[in-house]
Amino acid sequence: MSEAGSATGLLVETPVVERVLGAALRRGGDFAEVFVEDRHATSAVLDDGRVEELSSGRDRGAGVRVVVGETTGYAHTADLSEGGLLAAAEAAAAVARQGGGGRVVALERRQAVKRNDVVLLPEGIAKARKIELLVKADEAARSSGNAISQVSAAYGDGRRRIQVANSDGVLVSDDQVRSRFSVSCVAAGDTGMQTGYESSALTVGFELFDTVDVAEVAASAARRALVKLTARPAPSGEVPLILESGSGGILFHEACGHGLEADHIAKDASVYVGQVGEQVASPLVTLVDDGTIGPEWGSYAVDDEGNPAQRNVLIENGVLTDYMWDYLRGRKEHRGSSGNGRRQNYRHLPMVRMTNTFLLNGDSDAEEILAQTPTGVYVAKLGGGQVNTTTGDFVFGTVEAYLIEDGHLTEPLRDANLIGNGPEVLRRIDAVANDFAMGPGTCGKDGQSVPVGCGQPTLRITGVTIGGTAGD
Amino acid sequence: MTDATRQQAPVAVAEGELLELAMRVAGAAQDGEELEVYVSRGVETDIRAYEGEVESLSSAASAGVGIRVVIGGRQGFAYAGTLEESVLRQTLADARDNATFATADEHIGLAGPDGVAPTSLDLWDDEVLRTPSADKVEMALELERRARHADARVRQVAFADYGDMAAEAAVASSTGITATARRTVASVAVETIAGADADSQTGVGFSAARGPGDLDLDKAVTDAVERSTRMLGATKARSGRCAVILDPRVTSTLLAVVSSALSGEAVTKGRSFFADRIGEEVAVPTLMLVDDPTDARSFGASTHDAEGLACRRNVLIDNGVLRGFVFDTTAARRAGTASTASAVRGGYATTPVAGCRALLLSPGSLGAAEILSEVGEALFVQSITGVHSGVNPVSGDFSVGAEGLMVRGGVLAEPVREVTIASTLQRMLKAVLHIGSDVEWLPGVAAGQTLAIDGMALSGS
Repeated sequence: MSEAGSATGLLVETPVVERVLGAALRRGGDFAEVFVEDRHATSAVLDDGRVEELSSGRDRGAGVRVVVGETTGYAHTADLSEGGLLAAAEAAAAVARQGGGGRVVALERRQAVKRNDVVLLPEGIAKARKIELLVKADEAARSSGNAISQVSAAYGDGRRRIQVANSDGVLVSDDQVRSRFSVSCVAAGDTGMQTGYESSALTVGFELFDTVDVAEVAASAARRALVKLTARPAPSGEVPLILESGSGGILFHEACGHGLEADHIAKDASVYVGQVGEQVASPLVTLVDDGTIGPEWGSYAVDDEGNPAQRNVLIENGVLTDYMWDYLRGRKEHRGSSGNGRRQNYRHLPMVRMTNTFLLNGDSDAEEILAQTPTGVYVAKLGGGQVNTTTGDFVFGTVEAYLIEDGHLTEPLRDANLIGNGPEVLRRIDAVANDFAMGPGTCGKDGQSVPVGCGQPTLRITGVTIGGTAGD
Repeated sequence: MTDATRQQAPVAVAEGELLELAMRVAGAAQDGEELEVYVSRGVETDIRAYEGEVESLSSAASAGVGIRVVIGGRQGFAYAGTLEESVLRQTLADARDNATFATADEHIGLAGPDGVAPTSLDLWDDEVLRTPSADKVEMALELERRARHADARVRQVAFADYGDMAAEAAVASSTGITATARRTVASVAVETIAGADADSQTGVGFSAARGPGDLDLDKAVTDAVERSTRMLGATKARSGRCAVILDPRVTSTLLAVVSSALSGEAVTKGRSFFADRIGEEVAVPTLMLVDDPTDARSFGASTHDAEGLACRRNVLIDNGVLRGFVFDTTAARRAGTASTASAVRGGYATTPVAGCRALLLSPGSLGAAEILSEVGEALFVQSITGVHSGVNPVSGDFSVGAEGLMVRGGVLAEPVREVTIASTLQRMLKAVLHIGSDVEWLPGVAAGQTLAIDGMALSGS
């Protein structure tokens, strides 16, 4: 397959992009943008003791956006020839009704600041080596206990090259390489079956496996399933909750992250509207969204609108300091983007999205927090979650949790959802430890999925409602 | 503004062309090799209205190919988001190379013709392609306008969208499969926000049909407004055990979760609480669950499955007794049975897996109001959250966030939010009190209808 624009490293050459932007603004319009993407992905799955499938694929295309006043027109194409791009520009420009207009766009290439160097490009790694990882994980999981009845291991890598150019003269590109590995296990016992899952994922190449031992990932997934075989039903009602370091950054992603996205704010569809400068959380809470941190899962050099990733402090010592912004929302408020304009791929319009969202360390000791908690629930791992930004109500599921009795972990608990209200829960954080850790996740919004990071140190919430069935 | 967007749609391409392409590539199969080519193509329009203006209008045409190769029981797969000739060749080469790394498995194989004739279904409305963009834009604007003015308590319309798509797919294989399927869907969806400040409540309403002419804007608006306004003043309920009455939409979501435990693949791999229970009573005797993609009323209806076999009606639970699972070809071979033509795929970039398309519970005799009256005291659940994090189709554990209204004396009473309802799927199927007669065909894999279930653990204050 031919590699487009190999001399300049661009997917589509500058003069072509300039002409396409000119065509996009032919009927008028305030702003035009061309987003080009070339994505390669490989995945391999071992399931039921067999390497079931190795899959590889390529998606390549471009999206053209035209903004006229409050209206955005968008069209995309898989045809990266000048003709294909011009047709997309023509379609996107259909929203511009005033006619006339037209202007010449001169692009100036900007250098994106690389966040980390990819050492081993996955496409240069023999497929057999990727398969070896799966086999090793399968063996490790199965040797974790006789009750492990099923194991599935998945390897994935992706290289996403993007190029963004707009009528403000910006031309920038980024080369994003991501690698991931996950294991899910089923354990079978007298009380039925239980599941365990663990994953590791970073914005790096195959060097991920220099630091991540897939056998440990597998053992961790297996342990989670095995522990729950003897688990009792989770309690119901409101309980004090301790979240283990790195286990539940998704709490902040759901409880307030989404509510701080400027598109929800602009539509008065967030509980955090008009709260900048207000105390919205416990003074122990300092929340940051940072797309610049090296190899984390939600990092990148530039976002999908060509703006550099940034470190944005959202809540400082409990006071709301700022929201997250993309180009459109920033423009409306006469300010810049905060580097949070992302899209799943070229088929979608960008919108405000989080990158790596995390709570900074406090100064408590994690063991002391537990020792000082007479009763409650200890969450060692949270699963997914969901929030209604307008009401602030959110849920998230536990996948490894224990009962706390007299300051000690006692019995494991079966999976349950926790439910709370964002602002309420943020105010109820009364202890934050100094043992920060983070992990990968996938965030879905309006039908688009993007990789994100989430993190927090061990912390305690004085009361959260847990949806168990205990009492049966 | 209409012409340019219409030109994007490749409406002039004949239906047979995709199949020809798939057959030509599949014809390249070498000796000792099975080859399947899946080609899909679609056009989409998405329009969002806000404060009387078009906030965004996206129009798109896309196409792609997914190629499966089986050589000596080893499967390889590759895909590409284009139908360019040079890319097709490379994709086939990649799929062949990928196959060499798989473990040999006698059960792996492609579908072959099984003699079942496809049901003739009309799932295509030309109006999706023929309607000018300006008319679609007007629908979105009208939807937003009506939602904004429907009720004084509505302070905001979070979104008001029109969307449609026309999709075609063809699959051809060296094992004798040639099939095409096509469908259109149009929909409007709106979310209203009622109330102010701390007491803000949201409600979503929608209408979906095969074409824009059959959309019901009023229904979408009425639903959204009713759902947001009736939740005003909602508080937490007290923890305890109670019956729940699920709104049709919630029932549809619940059935979708149950369906993953009815996948033949999950069952043969020991990932379903239904495994080894064929012939056992798994639900109340009044419960019959059927997956019937040949019912054109279902949005999941299709003439063929993702491996090109003719779709058919599959009875899964009858009189409360577990009768069957859904299988694709490989899962069926592993289980020693035949495919139920239930292969589904998420698009050209994924391989087929077993799944349901068009689930329906046999309707009971009571409507929603009668069920409320019959049950008397319960929580009416308007919507649930955390389905992916709180429902486990392997263990059956069920715990989700819920909002709705208490039912007192057989009628809707005060609104309730920020509670969870929990049980296990196994117990819930055995605790069904009433299955509504109010079947509503909803987008997704299951129809909706009111469903009353006893003995759920409600967790609140």
